[in-house]
Amino acid sequence: MRIGILVTHIRPEEKLLIAAFRAAGIEPDILLDRELNFDLLAGPEQRAPSGVAWADYALILERAVSTSRGLYTLAIINAWGIPTINSSQTAHTCADKLLTTLALARAGVSQPPARAAFDSESALAAVADLGYPAVLKPVTGSWGRLLARVNDRDAAEAVLEHRETLGGYTHQTIYAQAYVEKPGRDIRAFVVGEHTICAIYRTSPHWITNTARGGQATNCPVTPELDALCQRAAAAVGGGVLALDVFEGPDGQLLINEINHTMEFRNSSAPTGVDIAGEVVRYALVQARVTA
Amino acid sequence: MINQMLVECPECAADVHLPHDVMANELISCADCGVELEVLSLSPLVVDLAPAVEEDWGE
Repeated sequence: MRIGILVTHIRPEEKLLIAAFRAAGIEPDILLDRELNFDLLAGPEQRAPSGVAWADYALILERAVSTSRGLYTLAIINAWGIPTINSSQTAHTCADKLLTTLALARAGVSQPPARAAFDSESALAAVADLGYPAVLKPVTGSWGRLLARVNDRDAAEAVLEHRETLGGYTHQTIYAQAYVEKPGRDIRAFVVGEHTICAIYRTSPHWITNTARGGQATNCPVTPELDALCQRAAAAVGGGVLALDVFEGPDGQLLINEINHTMEFRNSSAPTGVDIAGEVVRYALVQARVTA
Repeated sequence: MINQMLVECPECAADVHLPHDVMANELISCADCGVELEVLSLSPLVVDLAPAVEEDWGE
């Protein structure tokens, strides 16, 4: 069985995944996104940078840190019928916070109130509708970048003017989310297929709790409530291998904040004791065999 | 096989020790200056500054 891993470069996660594939007796091909060159009018008989025809891959595991390269590659090779983790549909939904919110709302999954607007005046109205403080987020982006907690109208006006003047076109779509008072932490839960395999608390004195921003990871028990919410949320975006960011609201209600489709997990296996890379590879091999 | 597991940091010229299982295109950090490096080739061993984080990078 031939498996490819699409990467921008090799991070600790990719090394763990490669080692897990090797432990399963498979030597995956490493496909660098910088070397891709697709004939869009031809099909999967064309060769990947590995020299292997795309059609010969049982599955491609998409691990590109470049979201745009990952999304377009998934769109191309899914159109050719090549299975991927995650699917193009799931990845496109998760890569866009607005689309994620829509998918969760359609499925009735609990999440913070959120609004969208496309103009500074209407965005100010949207934030006022949510109430201060609120959080302005780029619709795309990761690692907590460019999140802005706006505590009042002055702050919102400043952020929106900066967006309008300095931002690219994706920053002209204003996604505003109600600020959730968290207990100094949030939850990152890992879903692989139909299992919530583990979760961590990300604790930080800062309201942004991403481990990329210094949040500390500790084990979070996967309660039946957390598992059920994560399963519904994962299914809402199409399922696969996903990392869900979950807020514990002031009343204890769990709310899905975001869903990540090319999750990092270097800080999560140790506190949880779960071999996340091994779980992902086991799932990938099942998917590859099912679709072979 | 890699015989030389030591490279010079292109940023600060410090010695950078590579892990024994280093892979092509792996990201490593210079312990001295903290800069992120990418292993461009294993044979010959070549490292260079890793690309700067771009707007669409993430998970």
